Amino acid sequence: MSELKKIKDEFLSKLKESSDLSEINKIKSELFGKNGLISLQFKKIGIIAESERKQFASDLNVIKDELQNLINLKIDKVENLEINKKLEKEKVDITLPERSFVRGKIHPVSQTIDEISSIFSEIGFSVEEGPDVENEYNNFTALNTPDNHPARDMHDTFYLDEKKQILLRTHTSPVQIRTMLKDKPPFKIIAPGRTYRSDSDQTHAPMFHQVEGLHIDKNINMGHLKGCLNYFIKEFFEVDKIKMRFRPSHFPFTEPSAEVDIGYEMKDGKIIVGEGDKWLEILGCGMVHPNVLKNVKINPKNFQGYAFGIGIDRLAMLKYGINDLRSFFDCDYRWLNHFGFDPLDVPTNYRGLSR
Amino acid sequence: MKITFDWLKDHLKTNLKEKNLLEQLTNIGLEVESLGDITSDNVSFKIAKIIKTEEHPNADRLKVCEVYVGDKETKKVVCGAANAREGLITVYAPPGAVIPKSKTKLVAAKIRGVTSYGMLCSESELNLSDESDGIIELSTKYKKNIGKSYFSKSKSTLIDLSITPNRPDCLGVRGIARDLAASGFGKLIDLKEKKIKSKMKQTLKVQINREKNQGCSIFGSCLIKNVKNTESPKWLKDKLISVGQKPISAIVDITNYVMLDTNRPLHAYDADKIEKGIVVRNSKSGEKFTALDNKNYKLENGMCVICDDKGVLGLGGIIGGIRSGTEFDTKNILLESAHFEPGLIRNTAKKLNLDTDAKFRFERGVDPLSIENGLNKAGQLIKEICGGEISKIDIQKIGKYKTRNIIFHLELFEKISGFKISTKKMIKILDDLGFKSKKNKKNLRLTIPSWRPDILQEVDIVEELVRISGYDNIKTIDPIKKRKKSTLSKSQKLFHFLQRSIASKGYFEAITWSFTDSNYNDYFKDLKKEIKIVNPLSSDLGVLRNSIYSNLIMYMNKNLDRGFKDLSLFEIGPIFTGSNPGDQNTVVCGLSAGKKSRLSWIEKERNVDVFDVKRDVVQTLIEVGYNSNKFFIDNVTPNYYHPGKSGRLFLHKGDEQVAAYFGEIHPNITKKIDIKTESLVGFEIFIDNLKFSKKTLKDQKSKFTFSDYQKSERDFAFIVNKDVNAQDLINAVSSVHLSLLSNIKVFDVYEGDNIPENKKSIAISITIQSFEKTLNDNDLESINNLIIKTVENKTGAKIRS
Repeated sequence: MSELKKIKDEFLSKLKESSDLSEINKIKSELFGKNGLISLQFKKIGIIAESERKQFASDLNVIKDELQNLINLKIDKVENLEINKKLEKEKVDITLPERSFVRGKIHPVSQTIDEISSIFSEIGFSVEEGPDVENEYNNFTALNTPDNHPARDMHDTFYLDEKKQILLRTHTSPVQIRTMLKDKPPFKIIAPGRTYRSDSDQTHAPMFHQVEGLHIDKNINMGHLKGCLNYFIKEFFEVDKIKMRFRPSHFPFTEPSAEVDIGYEMKDGKIIVGEGDKWLEILGCGMVHPNVLKNVKINPKNFQGYAFGIGIDRLAMLKYGINDLRSFFDCDYRWLNHFGFDPLDVPTNYRGLSR
Repeated sequence: MKITFDWLKDHLKTNLKEKNLLEQLTNIGLEVESLGDITSDNVSFKIAKIIKTEEHPNADRLKVCEVYVGDKETKKVVCGAANAREGLITVYAPPGAVIPKSKTKLVAAKIRGVTSYGMLCSESELNLSDESDGIIELSTKYKKNIGKSYFSKSKSTLIDLSITPNRPDCLGVRGIARDLAASGFGKLIDLKEKKIKSKMKQTLKVQINREKNQGCSIFGSCLIKNVKNTESPKWLKDKLISVGQKPISAIVDITNYVMLDTNRPLHAYDADKIEKGIVVRNSKSGEKFTALDNKNYKLENGMCVICDDKGVLGLGGIIGGIRSGTEFDTKNILLESAHFEPGLIRNTAKKLNLDTDAKFRFERGVDPLSIENGLNKAGQLIKEICGGEISKIDIQKIGKYKTRNIIFHLELFEKISGFKISTKKMIKILDDLGFKSKKNKKNLRLTIPSWRPDILQEVDIVEELVRISGYDNIKTIDPIKKRKKSTLSKSQKLFHFLQRSIASKGYFEAITWSFTDSNYNDYFKDLKKEIKIVNPLSSDLGVLRNSIYSNLIMYMNKNLDRGFKDLSLFEIGPIFTGSNPGDQNTVVCGLSAGKKSRLSWIEKERNVDVFDVKRDVVQTLIEVGYNSNKFFIDNVTPNYYHPGKSGRLFLHKGDEQVAAYFGEIHPNITKKIDIKTESLVGFEIFIDNLKFSKKTLKDQKSKFTFSDYQKSERDFAFIVNKDVNAQDLINAVSSVHLSLLSNIKVFDVYEGDNIPENKKSIAISITIQSFEKTLNDNDLESINNLIIKTVENKTGAKIRS
């Protein structure tokens, strides 16, 4: 027993003093190596008296564990110290800039189109498209705007031929015609897209965007039209209350027709939608004219419904406080960066339109 | 259409206020476009006389005028008008006055060193007409009014209405009053028509030629003899000025007044200047005449003209001619009140590029039954004001107005509008609007008023009823949240995915015109045909774009000029391949300029290059869901790409349609466009050429396979001829045994020392792994040998030892 204790005491003090990894490893082999002091003691177990054997083995194991633990702890500690010393030298100025990254943006018109599609998706509209180049029939005649109709004056049209048969569509309404000729009613579609008028000043651009809406079924009346637009406007502007005004107007392809104004006020040079006593016209709509339905071989006695056309750029301007329509198409990097959207901000029903 | 409340009150008895009026006009579809104050706060515009003019000491074109403004007071005014001269009576605006046209407030200010106290006004500055050449010239009769206000004081606001093209009746004040009365805003005053009582015959013979497409069906006229054309009386001048019209002479003013009041255009001829009689006929090609706008017009065949023996006097329903115009010394007048066909009027005016008040009204449709009333009203006013003797009315006609009837089914109203009103109310509204109705059990038999050419079928009646009873009555029926069809089609989903995928790679989305400058378009049109716009806004927007590059590169250049150096732009949209509907493709086009890691403390800067755009294209297509192992790339590209540093990508080898092009923009083009950047690379992905997988995400995710058997990574270096592509090598490897080999990567390309000339070394790393077992050394060895043998056979490569 005393011999064991002696080994223990001697090495405990040795270990205490050493702080060098190789020294500790040396002690380790002095104790537990092939001929280490502890290893030798273990060989004794077989030769000592039966009566003492049990006690000796037990004592020896305790000492062995104690020393072994101590050595391991010591090694850990020393190793840690060494790593820390090394890491200390590797320290960087963490305030230096990160590696360069790129970030793109989605144009506000595209974002607005996605917002619109998302809202109308919820109430069962699907998205249709039509070509930018149209024939005179789809753009005007089929829409109850025959040649020599004064309403044509409101559409300054770009033509591609001298006979004025091929043109750039002046509104998205020809998509109504294409859709209804292609399929059978009911129809419930929106059609966003580029439209063109040969008009250019601060508030007009030769190209702009519209979204057409068309809902044809049995017994769709003006109440449905009002409800649909009321829902859309509220959702789009992300407000609970909206001041909306339906007032009579005239479009050749709808009867009765209406224009819709929303209430707004100016605060600090910015438009606040939904309050105030000023009115701003944002869309035209109405019940699809029976002549239009006849032109696409639908019997107006059996089917009826509404259509609307909304200026997308205008909506984007109002919602996001953009003052100048022309700036949409100027591609100024600073503008795109400021008014653009992160591509991950996809408007959806469950996330909502925006953050 | 400009009106005032005061004028409305000639036809409407009401106690309501102007504020209610504005609201009600909008509610019944007569949109109030703007409120002007031509007549309010304008007492400061004074009649004044120039007593002296001197040349401006510092400006050739300016004059310094001494102006007598009444009350023994003169003012010094600097004026640039050529007609400013001594003795001229004109209109003077003092400092503090607000100029109606520009809405600016005048201040006394130095003009080239000489202080001007106010200004002398042109008609256009006062919104009286478009005449901006020179200042107003008033006749000497105004002499006694010097110092007095030019405009008379009026409390009525000028209301500018936007009248929709279907409502010609509302181009007259009475029509507006009728609509207002029907909506409950007062009562329409019944004006008894006073008929001309005369024994004198209209002695000028009028004849309407019966010919095909005759634009005139009725021609009414009367003669007024021995008139004394004069200035209009104050009430009439005030009335015209109150709606922004300039008084000219009594006869002209009266015809204008009747037109504005009842939408009945009239024309007054100097009867003494008409040779023999009047013939209304179609013009012959080449006929000429000088119109009242002082312009000469050369006519085509078939335009409706009013002629005498000497030739054309005027264009029917559009404009009169100088030759027979009335003047202050006109003695005998022929007053015309006629009916012209809207379509023909519009055609003629369009061909001659003429726009007049009369044309605007006739092309929309003037009440054919108002011919006599117009002559009665104007004839008697002329007699009252100018004296003289009126003849009987002469009416020549070749057609007859037929009244229109509509059977209106009562239930249609609720079916369309979604709300109910009583039959009694319906009848009342229609009666107020001038319809005659006969009630049957389920319908009304309606006679349409002659002034409503827009009412053609039952639904038009519904419109009248909803409009007058008020759009506020329409219920709001909430939409049902039910979706029967998917919102987006596959190609639309692809469009949105690509758009956001490209943006997420650092590109800013631009939206540019669908048209472009033909000079730029030429660079990028490749083999496509140029599509011209017949009537472009300007010559630099003259063609439809054959490629998105033309606009994108133009705007890239503008941004570089703004001082931005490293920039990526993209646009997703149409390019045009022909001028028929549908001759268009949807393309995503990206453009990247400058460097990567410019001025970075940590990364080495380098120019953007073809492999940057290749990554963007390939990564995007992989994200969309295409298998990049199947991609086939070669170097056949359009001529706007650098021939050596550009590529063409097919989704599968053997595909006919190109999925994308990418590469450096041809140096010749960047040089010609003078774009200042270190490097310019771009890509085009052709959405319409991408076949979308029939598999939904659900289908794609259904099967998950993997192998946990040990894998082995092997490197091979092959010596190949320089013209062998990396892709050939990879394809050769892939052809060995696809299920065992994966992750085939080129990790080194080397030419130079130790490699024979015309050869290069390509090093490839390949992962070999079985789905069935752990491969032993023998297996691996035989696969190795197979790879080497196959590659050597297929590409002529030699393994590098």
